Amino acid sequence: MTPTPLPATDPIFGKLSLAALPLHEPILIVTFLGVAVGGLVVLGLITRYRLWGYLWKEWFTTVDHKRIGIMYMILGLIMFLRGFADAIMMRLQQAMAFGGSEGYLPAHHYDQVFTAHGVIMIFFVAMPFITGLMNYIVPLQIGARDVSFPFLNNFSFWMTAAGAALTMISLFVGEYAQTGWLAYPPLSGIAYSPNVGVDYYIWGLQIAGVGTTLSGINLIVTILKLRAPGMGLMKMPVFTWTSLCSNILIVASFPILTATLALLSLDRYAGTNFFTNDLGGSPMMYVNLIWIWGHPEVYILILPLFGVFSEVTSTFSGKKLFGYTSMVYATVCITILSYLVWLHHFFTMGSGASVNSFFGITTMVISIPTGAKLFNWLFTMYRGRIRFELPMMWTIAFMLTFVVGGMTGVLLAVPPADFVLHNSLFLIAHFHNVIIGGVLFGLFAAINYWWPKAFGFKLDVVWGKISFWCWVVGFWLAFMPLYILGLMGVTRRMRVFDDPSLQIWFVIAAIGAGVIACGIAAMLIQFGVSIWKRKELADESGDPWHGRTLEWATSSPPPDYNFAFTPVIHNLDAWYDMKTRGHERPVDGFRDIHMPSNTGTGIILAGFCLAMGFALVWHIWWLVIASFAATIAYAIFHTFNYKRDFDIPAATVAAVEAARTRQLAAGA
Amino acid sequence: MPSNLPRSFARIRRLAPFAALPLLSGCGLVVLDPAGDIARQQGNLIVISTVLMLLIIVPVMALTIFFAWRYRASNKEATYKPDWDHSTQLELVIWSAPLLIIICLGALTWVATHLLDPYRPLATTPEQVVAANAKPLDVNVVALDWKWLFIYPEQGVATVNELALPVDRPVRFRISASSVMNSFYIPALAGQIYAMPGMETKLHGIFDKTGEYEGFSANYSGAGFSHMRFAVKSLPAADFDKWVADAKASTDGGLDRATYLKLEVPSEKEPVRHFATVDPQLFDAVVNMCVEPGKMCMHDMMAIDARGGAGIAGIQNVRSVAYDKFAARGTGSLAGWSVRYVAALCSQQMKSADRPDARPVNPAPLKGEGLSRPGEAERTALNTSTPRPMS
Amino acid sequence: MSANTVTAGDPVQFYDLDEHAHPEGHSTMLGFWIYLMSDCLIFAILFACFAVLGGNYAAGPAPKDLFDLPLVALNTAMLLFSSITYGFAVLQMQQGKVKGVQLWLAITGLFGLAFLGIELYEFHHLIEIGATPQRSAFLSSFFTLVGTHGLHVTFGIVWLLVLMVQLGKHGLIAANKRRVMCLSMFWHFLDVVWIGVFTIVYLMGVLR
Repeated sequence: MTPTPLPATDPIFGKLSLAALPLHEPILIVTFLGVAVGGLVVLGLITRYRLWGYLWKEWFTTVDHKRIGIMYMILGLIMFLRGFADAIMMRLQQAMAFGGSEGYLPAHHYDQVFTAHGVIMIFFVAMPFITGLMNYIVPLQIGARDVSFPFLNNFSFWMTAAGAALTMISLFVGEYAQTGWLAYPPLSGIAYSPNVGVDYYIWGLQIAGVGTTLSGINLIVTILKLRAPGMGLMKMPVFTWTSLCSNILIVASFPILTATLALLSLDRYAGTNFFTNDLGGSPMMYVNLIWIWGHPEVYILILPLFGVFSEVTSTFSGKKLFGYTSMVYATVCITILSYLVWLHHFFTMGSGASVNSFFGITTMVISIPTGAKLFNWLFTMYRGRIRFELPMMWTIAFMLTFVVGGMTGVLLAVPPADFVLHNSLFLIAHFHNVIIGGVLFGLFAAINYWWPKAFGFKLDVVWGKISFWCWVVGFWLAFMPLYILGLMGVTRRMRVFDDPSLQIWFVIAAIGAGVIACGIAAMLIQFGVSIWKRKELADESGDPWHGRTLEWATSSPPPDYNFAFTPVIHNLDAWYDMKTRGHERPVDGFRDIHMPSNTGTGIILAGFCLAMGFALVWHIWWLVIASFAATIAYAIFHTFNYKRDFDIPAATVAAVEAARTRQLAAGA
Repeated sequence: MPSNLPRSFARIRRLAPFAALPLLSGCGLVVLDPAGDIARQQGNLIVISTVLMLLIIVPVMALTIFFAWRYRASNKEATYKPDWDHSTQLELVIWSAPLLIIICLGALTWVATHLLDPYRPLATTPEQVVAANAKPLDVNVVALDWKWLFIYPEQGVATVNELALPVDRPVRFRISASSVMNSFYIPALAGQIYAMPGMETKLHGIFDKTGEYEGFSANYSGAGFSHMRFAVKSLPAADFDKWVADAKASTDGGLDRATYLKLEVPSEKEPVRHFATVDPQLFDAVVNMCVEPGKMCMHDMMAIDARGGAGIAGIQNVRSVAYDKFAARGTGSLAGWSVRYVAALCSQQMKSADRPDARPVNPAPLKGEGLSRPGEAERTALNTSTPRPMS
Repeated sequence: MSANTVTAGDPVQFYDLDEHAHPEGHSTMLGFWIYLMSDCLIFAILFACFAVLGGNYAAGPAPKDLFDLPLVALNTAMLLFSSITYGFAVLQMQQGKVKGVQLWLAITGLFGLAFLGIELYEFHHLIEIGATPQRSAFLSSFFTLVGTHGLHVTFGIVWLLVLMVQLGKHGLIAANKRRVMCLSMFWHFLDVVWIGVFTIVYLMGVLR
């Protein structure tokens, strides 16, 4: 076989050439046309209604944690649609490719699809969703006016968005990695993945990782420093507690990812030998490092949702949370233990029985605090008055689904059992069981729960229920067959199959994915219908669910400054306490409120980083240097701006609060 | 010798009404109904662990549904205690119930992990199947892009994408790979273990049923991964000998280093091939990544490194790779850095000693053998001392 | 919970009606500490890589063949001195002397540049004799660990220059004082990391 030489690197365009456009892939062409037309329509509408100035001033440059939170959620939603499209493509391919059929996706395309699906769902769907949620809710729950570092918050968001953008660019310019979502070397090394796919992977994650780490630092400091007077650590709402632990995990694990990917990129760009086969490198080192980040990552995702379930269960049972203290300790236990289990992702590497059983048992130990949490939710419902609104329905669905996922997880933690189930579809079913049943159901509970807070009207119940049932049924349809296939010894990431008896299970799974697609459609319709009917669904009180925590004490949507006067906390359920003891909402004596000013620095810096990432992928060295220099120069320029905040005049505050007083009177 | 622990627990699965999974084994759940002793114990372990966990999962699910129904807002008869948020007894129960399950499961895990360690020779396989001192059949496995090479050092033959094993005889696999990581997995025989370049992993297993099974790579390894499957034949001893004789008479030629270097070039859907002879040092060279002529073997390199490296003079002892075995993947020059390797210092290849197996684990203390059963007289050393007078 | 015992009749304050805005930047120091700890983790990974791969010479040179301890000791001295001089800058700041701060920052920067110069000389020498980062896993992890530290020092120097200009423009206002303290933490942090590098990479490498 003759070597196919790579095109020489052009001084202007690097490795980029017209050949990088996937003109021979009809699926991508159609997708591109769809995205292009849709994008042009959106841009046209924005221009038509002269929204550019508004978007720039009120959203892109905002430092308001609530708007940044919403932008995170929108980013997560858009990327979710992309990630789900990948999932559907995989399900179709696997349902078709039997008995000699190659399906409709060649290996080059299919391998990109499953890699992109994993990366996008974790980094650009789950992470933006939970970061957005924490951004929006945490400052409100602790009675703060914003996060500790508002500019950094904006910058973090745009870095996450830039990472997502770079990942999306790979769809139409060049290719994405064909390595699986963790890009194990030596496969991801330059010798076995010589094209740009892995580079897109690395730089997309590195850029987004900066944002994630900074946002983690930001929220930790916010929670530690900006709590309202009286709110000791043991009076923090559970969601705030779980957010704190989740952000501690972010700060203590994302640098590991950054360092590991940096070493991989040095191997690829500079010819070093960290993870190569020859000259002393050790690919096993990478596998260890990436999972030292990777395992805490799954707890980063699930912990805030544990908080959501606690809030929702307590609110809709009309009852105090059972065992708050043990809930907090359970969260802290999970946080610490999540660092002691990484090796269970590769028992099959041959570490020896003692090491394997140590990590197996530590993994099982995590199920103890998790189990305690479940019981706490259960006994919060006990002797309550449970209202089955949508958030509560999602919570019950979570409790019933998650225990199964947890059980299969503990099963996989038994090393000899893992030897037969590792990398099988059983594993796939397990982690989708906990991520969909835990993280996604939790997010849907959270969205239905806090939507009225963010927008001032509730979500439509009928479409919400349709979406709920489609999701729950679709989930079980899509993943139960995978459990069975796993026990039949079917491995993950397969593109074609020989054994025709397997096909029926894949067909069922594909139908399940179709039902989930209906659930997603119903959810989008639910958002649309609710916006359409926002007058009918309006909530004047700011407290539609008879909430218990501080975010319900202010109006919906909250004013820029959140609280005209900072609340003083006497009880864990601060707002419930205020309501039951007949607090008086202050209606005069307002003062100027000090707030941070908007700034365009975040989006501009992230834009430079995006350019740098693209240039690095394609070896366009002049652009790398130029965009790097621009990033540094602009960051320095930003530090010369000392006027970063302003005062909301007392008169404005008084006017806003007077409007709220009228609204409350009208609602009463 | 008593049977291994997971199997002795296996009768639980007949007792457990909700362990419906084995019922499905009719539809080909090979993991739960394999043809080898190790895989069977692993499958049993799955069932036992599941049953153990269902002890807590089922009540939780039932309680969830019951509480949700019982305390629905429309049920005004149900007790409503909005301020009840603590109960020390309940807290004790909800922490200790999972703890107890995990203690059981943890003990089971510790014992089973040691008993089923893939590195552990099958000295203690069930007596009805094999004599404890039977010498295992050696098979050396190499994961190539994208096919499997099996070398039978004892028989002096090698095959591609076909593995034949005599039934009821323990097998010892020494496993490596040529370029990227794969996982060697025959569900009917035993659990998987990674095949990694430059490294050797081991797996022990035994078939106790004859038949045709399938093996494959269980770790994604690139474009041809889906087709990286091989046939596994579990044969009666006589048939196995015949199979070996057929392989020796094969017209596909012998497997020497040059043939191996051609074989390792990436290819898909490789047909089954038999090599009548095989270079006895080939597998060693593969593990040490020195099949290419003139390349230093890793064990030599490690020996030099352990003595403190080869000094400044060693810096220049690298050569550029003269050919590109990964041409099919589009590798030309790698980002401007030429691919290099360390040249061999001595003209003669050293032979690395086959590392000894891990010693068989003595399962007796793990399983508490020697401890008396309740009601029997105490036999342990602890209790053989003279009884203390009652105070 | 003790707050529950407050009876309904007590006058309970539910809003802070006489609040004062948090002083600007009151949590910057905590945030910067946490950032430094996350940076510390990056170094921890690089150290771990060096610990694992540092003995893989690939039949090439080992530390004792390559490192010149007196030169590295000189280098270490430069960085340690720069930490001391930074301390003097902070002392000057506490006395409110802008010029003094700038002077000591300048001296700190010179020491930092000297450190970088010596390090670059060492790297250049190694690469010239062929001991490049590509030669072995040991050299890869050595260059990456030491190089990452060097990059941090480079950024520290850029920051230092910017800060000197800002001090000249605005004097010792609260924001600038905070920046001086942050850079101080950063600079001493790099010093501490270097002690680890010097011990584990150079001393243990050569004396082993």
